[in-house]
This record gives sequence, C-alpha cells and structure tokens, in this order.
Amino acid sequence: MTTPNVVLHVADVHKRFGGLHALADIDLQVEEGQTHAIIGPNGAGKSTLLNVIIGKLPPSSGQVVFDGAVLTGRKPYQINQLGIARVFQTPEIFADLSVLHNVMIPALAKRDGAFKLNLMRSLDSETAIRAEAEHMLEDVGMHSRREMTAGSLSRGDKRRMELAMCLIQHPRLLLLDEPTAGMSRHDTNTTIELLKKIKARGMTKVIIEHDMHVVFSLADKISVLAQGRIIADGTPDQVRGNPKVQEAYLGGAHA
Amino acid sequence: MRAMSRNDLLLFLGFSAAVLLMPIWMQPFGAAYPDLLQRFMIFAIFAVGFNILFGLTGYLSFGHAAFFGVGSYAAVWSFKLLSLDAIPALVFAIVVSGVFALLIGYVSLRRSGIYFSILTLAFAQMSYNLAYSVLTPITNGETGLQLTLSDARHLDAAIGQSSVGQPVPTLLGQSLGGFAGFYFCAGFLILAFFLAQRITGSPFGMMLKGIKSNQTRMNYTGFNTKPYTLAAFVISGMYAGLAGALLAVTDPLAGAERMQWTASGEVVLMTILGGAGTLVGPVIGAWLIKYFENIFSAINDSVLHRFFGFLPDGVADGFVAVTSKFVGEGWFLTLGLVFVLIVVFLPGGIMEGVRRIAGLFNRSRPSTTAPGKPVRQPQPAE
Ligand SMILES: Nc1ncnc2c1ncn2[C@@H]1O[C@H](COP(=O)(O)OP(=O)(O)OP(=O)(O)O)[C@@H](O)[C@H]1O
Ligand SMILES: [Mg+2]
Repeated sequence: MTTPNVVLHVADVHKRFGGLHALADIDLQVEEGQTHAIIGPNGAGKSTLLNVIIGKLPPSSGQVVFDGAVLTGRKPYQINQLGIARVFQTPEIFADLSVLHNVMIPALAKRDGAFKLNLMRSLDSETAIRAEAEHMLEDVGMHSRREMTAGSLSRGDKRRMELAMCLIQHPRLLLLDEPTAGMSRHDTNTTIELLKKIKARGMTKVIIEHDMHVVFSLADKISVLAQGRIIADGTPDQVRGNPKVQEAYLGGAHA
Repeated sequence: MRAMSRNDLLLFLGFSAAVLLMPIWMQPFGAAYPDLLQRFMIFAIFAVGFNILFGLTGYLSFGHAAFFGVGSYAAVWSFKLLSLDAIPALVFAIVVSGVFALLIGYVSLRRSGIYFSILTLAFAQMSYNLAYSVLTPITNGETGLQLTLSDARHLDAAIGQSSVGQPVPTLLGQSLGGFAGFYFCAGFLILAFFLAQRITGSPFGMMLKGIKSNQTRMNYTGFNTKPYTLAAFVISGMYAGLAGALLAVTDPLAGAERMQWTASGEVVLMTILGGAGTLVGPVIGAWLIKYFENIFSAINDSVLHRFFGFLPDGVADGFVAVTSKFVGEGWFLTLGLVFVLIVVFLPGGIMEGVRRIAGLFNRSRPSTTAPGKPVRQPQPAE
C-alpha cells in the first residue's frame, strides 16, 4: 500500500469571534482523491472552517497548508488560482448575468489567470470556452436554462449552477457547503451522481452536509464538528457507531 | 479576433449614421448649429467613458469632471507649448488625464460603494481648489488658461509656421471652426463608441460586469479585481480627458469651473437618465441634457411674460414667478426634478423605457415562443 498523500492540512487552527470560540484546535487532514465530509449541528463552525481555508477569514492561530503551500495569509483569488473552488451555503453567483456567462467567467479565470487586459477580443469569439460551459451545464442538467438570468433561478438551480461554476475550473480541491440544500429529492440524487462521477476523476472534496443520505453515499471519511471542536472522525462506519456522535448529532434518528 | 457580430455591426453603423447626419435631423429641433452639436459630441464621449466605470463596473465616481478639466488644461498647454494642431493636444490630454486617473483611482479604489464615491468627490474638489490657488501658474487661476500671441509653440516654430492674429487650434493647417469642428468631434465620438462597444463585448468587459454583479464571487473565482477596476477607472478617465481636450479645441480656454462637482454630477445624471450599463443610453442622456440646458437656460423673465401673456396680469405674474425658478440660472432645479422622476419611475433610464415599450409590442403579437421556454431577459449592455 502506498502512503496516503495529504493534500489539505488544517493545522491547529483556532478561530475566535470576540468571546465565541468558533473553531478550537482543529486538525484536519484530507487525502488526495477522497471525499471528506464534515457534519455537525447548526452553529458548530463548519462554514467558518471553510471560510478559513479559502482565505475569507484569517484564523486566530494555526495555519492551512495545501499541497505544500501555506494558504494562510494569501488572498482568496490566489487561493483559487492554486486550485481550490467553493460552493457557498448561500449561493454566490452573478445574479444579473445569464447562466451561460456565469459559467464562462470561471472558465476564463482558469485560462487567463487573475488578470488579463484583453479589451479588443470579442467574447463571442471564445467558442472553446463557450462550448466547455455548455457542456458543463449539460452535466448539471441546466443546459435548457442557459439564457436565463441567474438571479431568476430557483434556489436549487442556483446551487447546481454554482456547482458548475466550480467544476468548470477543474479544481484540485472542491469545497461544498451544503450543496443539496434547497433541492428536490430528484435533484439531490442527480447531484449525488454527479459528485460520484467527478470523484471517479480523482477530484478531492470537502463536503458539509446535513442530509445523511448524501453523506453516507459519498464520504470516504467523516469528521464530526460540535461547538467548534472535532469530536470524532473516521470512516462512515466508525462514525456511525461512535456513541459520542450519536449523542451530539445523529441522535439515532438519522442513522 | 473575429469581426463584430451582425447586431453589433448594425448598432455601430446606425449610431455612426445618426451622429454624422445630426446637422440634418436636428434641424426641426432648432439645434443644428455647430456650436451646440459639438457640445453634443463632447459630452456624449464623456458619458460613454463614464459608463465604462459606472455602468459596467458599478463604481459611482463623483469626481470625473476633474479628468475632464485636466484634459482641457493639458490641451491648452499643448497649444501653447507645442503646436496649434489638435492631434498632439488630444494625445497629450489623454496621456495626462490617464496618469491623473491612475493616481486618483489607485487611492480611491481601496474603498468601494459610498466611500469610493466620497473619495473621488474629495479628490475632484481638491483639484478644483488647487487650480484656483497653488496651481495658478499652470491654470492661470480665475482668468482661465488661454492662448496668446506670445506662446512659444515649439513644434510650430520648428517648421517655421506662425499664425497671424488670435491663435486658434487647427487640424493639419485647416481651421476647425464651424461644421469642420463638429465633424472632427463626431469622428472622435464614433471612435469612442466603437471602442466602448468592443470593451463591452470583450472578456474584460464581462469581468467588469462580474465585478458589478458580485465582487466576492469574482475573488473566489480567482480574479484579482483591483487591476480590473483600476483599468476601467483609467479608461474612463482618459475618455473624460479626450472630451475635455475637444472642448478646448472648439474653444481654447480652460477654466477650473469645469472641475466643479456640479460638472461631475452632470455626467452621472446623463448616464443614469439615458440608462447606465447600456451603450446608447449615456449618449442619449448627454444629448437630452445638453439640448434642454440650451433651451431652458436661454429663457428669461421677459420670455416667460410673453408666454403667459394671455393670462390676466396678476395670474401671469404668479406663473412667471414660479416658473422662472426653473429656467435660466434655475435650470439645475429642472434637471434635479427630472432626475428624481427618472430614478423613482424608470431606474433603468430611457433605455429601460424603450425596452418596456418594445416588450409591450412583443407581447401583443401572437406568441411564437413555446410555453415553458425561458424568456430571454434583457441584458444590461446592448
Ligand atoms: N463573521 C462572523 N462573525 C462573528 N461570528 C460568526 C461569524 N461567522 C460565524 N460566526 C459564528 O460562529 C459560529 C459558527 O458559525 P458557522 O456558520 O461556521 O456554523 P455552521 O456549522 O456552518 O452552521 P450551519 O449548519 O447553520 O451552517 C456561529 O455561532 C456563528 O454565529
Ligand atoms: Mg454553515
């Protein structure tokens, strides 16, 4: 057996908001190609953890290392350019632009880098980028809505589009904050299938999810967060059997 | 690089035709004289450039008159020091206002929203005050910077060219008075429009729209938004400098009042009135405001008395007293009122009105789109 290759290492991270210890002594290692789920009750600090990883919030102490590069202190756009994309809990999309343009913009960021002054080129001539975006929209089942203004989509569709915006960048690490919240059962299942498909392509994922059906059908590893601390981690079976988890979160009802 | 799409090409050709034929179709409106038409061109360039920053990127600058004024000063200095030819003056003005915009933009863009607006306003007012005080050697203070017979004009002197009488700007030795001046400015408006059209339709333009729509998402998508906003700021500053320089070509006198906050506010009004984010809207806004400014500011009490002459004396006096507040010097009051009405009832400006009316027509026709097919929403830039 080869030694597992850790791509993301959250090392001894603390995050305080005034008196609130939102993250306490977090140590998390995510292995290449794996899907690592983070579960926990509301307010446990799950989104805060992702915010620290992508540079939205600086940790109070500790650091985050991605593939040998220290992320802490870098700007969000630099972190993205290293290959990390995120789906937010409340969709962050370009509400006034068309669905197609929403997906083309991240593809251009991937191709052209953080800044390019291409004033005289026509967006219409970006046929390769456009084709890629249309293909991506087909993958998430939104091709028929490509000309709609993104702001007028349903919550579930916004989420799927945001997923497409992330996937088109072929990130090495994809962070998903409740990607199926607000989706119908049917769309949830489509999304699970899609996430399984990209897993087969070797993309590493950190996924926050309340829906245990989603978690147990996708995750290789699960970490349970409660009140800012990791109270348990391991394989799905280990976590399912852990009495501390039963008590803090699963409550028996979900499992 | 591919040729323009058919729609873009049609828009461009239509726009160019409308501009070049203005001396004809403006006749029924009594506005077909060169002096006013030139101002139409100049302020349309100003507004088109302003729209690249405000309309596309969403950053509302309240200090763009500073770049306009700097363009005027730079052009007059070029007339004084280099040559009476307009081309070096325009080039010099665009470069100087671009550098000026780079400095002010670099600092102002450290903030966004209302703080950005306040910073630009503060810088413009500073420029305005400096022009009257410390910088009088450059600006000639309240008198304004003008051409004199004793100007050095090194380039002209080098080729042995000297002017007789009061020096006036020229183009390759040709006078730019009257309609020649109009067509000169019209050419630049068409060029300015073309560039704005290209920028709007470019990936760069799409990034600006992305920044306006959701700057956070742009950052997490891997874009460094700072150089994008700064580039938009500098480009719109250069447009303003070009407009200011053209004003100096038609009337080679630069005064600091061009930098005053009312002038900055005016270009904001033009853009919003016509429709921010659209290509044609700012042009229409500029034309309307300059047209009505021309009419309203010419009206005085005696004109009003004649207008209300059919009423009994006392009543007429009352009407005159009220309406006179809105004309002449009070033109800004009218402008303010129109602006309030537009923002409240038609926030997308005149272009939104046009779209709504077009929408009514489309709906009254039997629908050709199958039910359930997504209706294409109007895009901000067209
Ligand atoms: N920027 C902030 N400033 C102050 N407090 C914050 C901030 N962000 C999060 N918090 C607090 O930190 C705690 C953890 O919040 P977080 O959003 O990470 O929870 P979560 O696990 O994602 O919960 P949920 O399942 O509801 O999304 C909460 O008490 C929240 O109020
Ligand atoms: Mg959360």
